[in-house]
Amino acid sequence: MTESTSSPLLIGCAAGFSGDRVDAAGPVVDTLIARGGPAFLIFETLAERTLALAQLRRRVDPQAGFEPLLDDLLRPVLARCLAHNIRIVSNFGAANPLAAARHIQAMAAGMGLPAPRIAVVAGDDLSGPQHEALLREQLGDAMDSIRKVSANAYIGAEAIAAALDAGAQIVVAGRVADPSLTVGPAMSHFGWRADDWDRLARATMAGHLLECGAQVCGGYFADPGYKDVPDLHAVGYPIAEISSDGHCIIGKAAHTGGVVSLAGVKEQLLYEVHDPAAYLTPDVVADISAARLTVLGPDQVALTGVRGHARPASLKVNVCHESGWLAEGEISYAGPRAEARARLAADVLRRRLPDLALRVDLIGVQSVMGDDAGRLLEATPAGDATDVRLRVAATHTDRAQAERLPREVTALYCCGPAGGGGVRTTLTPRLGTLSCLVPRGAVPLRFDMLDHLPEAA
Amino acid sequence: MSESLIAVPLYRAAHGRTGDKGNRSNISVIAWHADLYPLLLAQVTEAVVAQRFANRRPARVQRFELPGLAALNFVLDEVLDGGVNDALNLDTHGKALSFWLLDLPIEIPATLASLLAGPALTGGD
Repeated sequence: MTESTSSPLLIGCAAGFSGDRVDAAGPVVDTLIARGGPAFLIFETLAERTLALAQLRRRVDPQAGFEPLLDDLLRPVLARCLAHNIRIVSNFGAANPLAAARHIQAMAAGMGLPAPRIAVVAGDDLSGPQHEALLREQLGDAMDSIRKVSANAYIGAEAIAAALDAGAQIVVAGRVADPSLTVGPAMSHFGWRADDWDRLARATMAGHLLECGAQVCGGYFADPGYKDVPDLHAVGYPIAEISSDGHCIIGKAAHTGGVVSLAGVKEQLLYEVHDPAAYLTPDVVADISAARLTVLGPDQVALTGVRGHARPASLKVNVCHESGWLAEGEISYAGPRAEARARLAADVLRRRLPDLALRVDLIGVQSVMGDDAGRLLEATPAGDATDVRLRVAATHTDRAQAERLPREVTALYCCGPAGGGGVRTTLTPRLGTLSCLVPRGAVPLRFDMLDHLPEAA
Repeated sequence: MSESLIAVPLYRAAHGRTGDKGNRSNISVIAWHADLYPLLLAQVTEAVVAQRFANRRPARVQRFELPGLAALNFVLDEVLDGGVNDALNLDTHGKALSFWLLDLPIEIPATLASLLAGPALTGGD
């Protein structure tokens, strides 16, 4: 082992979802360069639905299916990352990591940069016919009644770490679990074994804090008068300093807005966590039930007390499928008796569309807090709100049936209550998800260096 | 002194964030001060939270305690009308739910009033 394997590792995160800000990476990279030492940049760009949408794009264009903003995310920082040995790890490969890798290769060439060593992680995509039997084993007859769009296993950090060990400067993956984007670099840098549960769990929670980008730096936190955040418009993205025991100090990019506070890090630590003693990932079962957070200085919060247990024997698989159509329509009412007119309009729609299960929102009175069945709205006495936007929504497997809703909302212009304006309607194809567990051994994982893969057909 | 209680919304004593996975929501409730944590333990119970979200018909509400963080984590099963893919709600993730919970009325001893977040209490409390 070289000396560098015991020195702290910096991992910056420059995206927390597909569609995140493309100007986030610059200050993160500047800070990594200024602080020096071994460093990685990660982009987390996948959510439950993102992969299915990517798969749909790939159907139309075999060279598509990776993160649509890949170019905008990477181009501003690629040269500096390569020049300063900041390696890049991301799931922005989505449904087509190989095409993403080729795109990056072409981008680097176009920018006149030396060709980066790019690795492609494969194995998560179970949408092909050769995996049908495996999915059927778990999901049974449900597979017969769906039109499958995508099927992906949440894979862990091992292939990422192996690719880095092999010298990759950029690792392009698809559906790796979000925290694994951090665990992979840490495993490779420190030389941890894949059953070093405590260390893997600590790095997993570092990854968990990083994976939503600005959410640990004051994003998704501000509440004026209670939780004030400076310069929220310019909120910075996080950088974790991971030590050889796996624990981390969370900070953020220099010269940015936002704040890394005790309260904000606590919120993010528990974000999307169920049992704190068993946070399941493909790499480890992390236990934060005895976790502690300590403020070390401005924008510096340390996480300690994380333990780990043996990783689950199976991997989680999400199967996305076409599930009909979502129809939505909105119309506004204002002035005296606006709420009464909006409620009357809802009544008209219910009578015109008796066979659709309509959700009704009175935006300005009650909307997102309500339930689809309308129990809360029913229990809310009619008031006299003077600026109300009626929103209705319904689904149907048959497009023609779903289209009746936008037509009826539009008809409210001439046939509905007085003064309705601002109709907007949408009809969106829906995706459903089935989840199952498959044995680890059924999902062979690998990485390939792009140089060693055949050229595109 | 300690018998004197004041009624405040939960957000004066705690903050939190909602997360979602499928049809399950988790809501953290984090004390602004460690001395307020026992009040959360006593008053923000599984039953109280289930009642707060009664219109969502939770199949189960579980509470996990994190004393080292002075925090509770609530897990509410089947409260998202199917979740991000299936719900008709504008907020399919249920991201707004934490603030619905944080408006819960609680009672705190007047002696702890100085630990509350937000503007100082007035009216001689």
